[in-house]
Amino acid sequence: MAKPKPDTWDNQFAPWDNPNEKPLIRFKDVTKRFGDFVAIDSLSQDIYEKEFFALLGPSGCGKTTMMRMLAGFENVSSGSIELAGQDIANVPPNKRAVNMMFQSYALFPHLSVYENIAFGLRRDKFPKDKLDARVAEMLKLTRLEKFGRRKPHQISGGQRQRVALARSLAKGPKLLLLDEPLGALDKKLRQETQFELMDIQETTGTTFVIVTHDQEEAMTVASRVAVMDEGRIIQVATPGGIYEAPNSVYVADFIGDVNIIKGTAKPAGPDQYFVDWGVNQAPILATSDRPFTDGQECHLAIRPEKISITKAKPDEAENAVQGKVLDIAYLGNLSTYHVELPGGQIIKAQTANTRRLSRRDITWEDPVWIRWNATAGVLLER
Amino acid sequence: MKRLSTFNVTSLTFGFAFLYLPMLLLVIYSFNSSRLVTVWAGFSTQWYGELLRDEAFLSAAWITIKVAVMSSTLATILGTMAAYVLVNSGKFFGRTLFSGMIYAPLVMPEVITGLSLLLLFIGIGLDRGILTIVLAHTTFAMCFVSVVVSSRLVSFDRSLEEAALDLGCTRFDAFRLVTLPIIAPAVISGWLLAFTLSLDDLVIASFVSGPSSTTLPIKIWSSVRLGVTPEINALSTLMIGIVTIGVITASLISKRSAVRAQKDAQAAERSA
Repeated sequence: MAKPKPDTWDNQFAPWDNPNEKPLIRFKDVTKRFGDFVAIDSLSQDIYEKEFFALLGPSGCGKTTMMRMLAGFENVSSGSIELAGQDIANVPPNKRAVNMMFQSYALFPHLSVYENIAFGLRRDKFPKDKLDARVAEMLKLTRLEKFGRRKPHQISGGQRQRVALARSLAKGPKLLLLDEPLGALDKKLRQETQFELMDIQETTGTTFVIVTHDQEEAMTVASRVAVMDEGRIIQVATPGGIYEAPNSVYVADFIGDVNIIKGTAKPAGPDQYFVDWGVNQAPILATSDRPFTDGQECHLAIRPEKISITKAKPDEAENAVQGKVLDIAYLGNLSTYHVELPGGQIIKAQTANTRRLSRRDITWEDPVWIRWNATAGVLLER
Repeated sequence: MKRLSTFNVTSLTFGFAFLYLPMLLLVIYSFNSSRLVTVWAGFSTQWYGELLRDEAFLSAAWITIKVAVMSSTLATILGTMAAYVLVNSGKFFGRTLFSGMIYAPLVMPEVITGLSLLLLFIGIGLDRGILTIVLAHTTFAMCFVSVVVSSRLVSFDRSLEEAALDLGCTRFDAFRLVTLPIIAPAVISGWLLAFTLSLDDLVIASFVSGPSSTTLPIKIWSSVRLGVTPEINALSTLMIGIVTIGVITASLISKRSAVRAQKDAQAAERSA
């Protein structure tokens, strides 16, 4: 079993904050068009050595195109991509120090697991005496020692996934691209494999770029997550940064569950604003680093778990609103309450079920109070 | 198993009788000891023996096999190339036209194909002989090969080739080391199909063959005009046998690999 990722990871490993650090990959104003369709829209992004960089977005957002441009299967329409300081526009895929793990795994069905892993090494005229040791090392890394002589169709889905990983790592690439690597696995196996991937990434010290549409997966494995939409990167940050400090309603909504309250801002002190959000409603107090002018339209994004729910009116809450329980989603460990506010807006509040179900005192149609702190939400322009 | 109704049994019997009765008669009469083709006089394999001593038939058979091997090999190479390009090159101007033109000779009357090839060979001053038959057979057999191979290539996972490129192959190496081994069953059955087509062909061969290059179907055709002999029956039986084996092998090769892959996949899922 893999070691869990240290909690201090975000603090220890942050080459993107170091201005002296040279990026391994540099997208410079890259645009990719397919006919009239713009798949990548003048995108610039640096990715650093040893990063585990996740490209996250809905299908058709351009994340796979970005990966295929790195692998050399697509050319850029304009702009340039640099790998270790060199423009790779004219380098064909077979000459790049980049390997890719395909979504379908693309294992060669006519070759054994051993030969699949050795395939890239043989193309490079890897010395014969060292080849066996290298393949054995890869088999060991991915715990496939027993399956070297099997054909790909004679092993299970999870094992195939590991063969694909071993094959793409065998040549020791500077950069490994993973296209939805866990998409074909069931949920439990996927979670195990996520940790395995992180472990292998740490062991080999390879830079990983992963494409996924699964936000949980991106949050688990990545050192930084790039949220994409319509050929642009909307935000790049650590998983914590993306979740706690989204820069737009799109990102807040894409990652996890969120309540969006629309209103107008009114300055209320240093970095503090009142949000007018409904007729006859007390304004909401919220802190924000982003400056807002008086009367500017704004969106307050609050995660459901940051809102607490009580039957009695809370004393001294920074923000408290009364509402009515409309729906309860019981998830076992958590319960999500859908609370309808007087204006008709529905707010989701989530609590951990520390008590047994029978002792729960809030039920449907109950009048309840919801409350949250001024620092709980993020105030966004759009 | 569902039981067949009387109607189904009857139509099945008549249908297959219609298809195979003539051939069955021919096979039976090839073992007739009488020289008269239509009078049964007892079982004998003497006509097979006489066939093997007949120099003219043997040389025709040898020419036919040479032509079939050469033309089906050429047709397989060209047909596979055509299929590969048409399936993989995506959309380009005139793609539909090109793929249509590959398949057009399938429905072209053989007389026209034969005649036009004859005109071409006369026009460029190529003496009619084994070479011209090989070229003519290659022309029409490559369409069949291309149909068989492209139907396999359509379901071929393109990312396999991309993976080969990604791991350091040149385009040619990727084709040689990955694509070709995987589509090999289709290529082999294409070759066998081309081989049997060339073995059978009378019309085109009779247009483009020369005096020294009589193929077996031409030889049979010209002998029959002087009257059907039991020898011809024996020869035809042998040809039916060879063609049947060829066709059955071709379909078995593609079927068996599919069945084996399925079995292995099931075994893998169980052991996982």
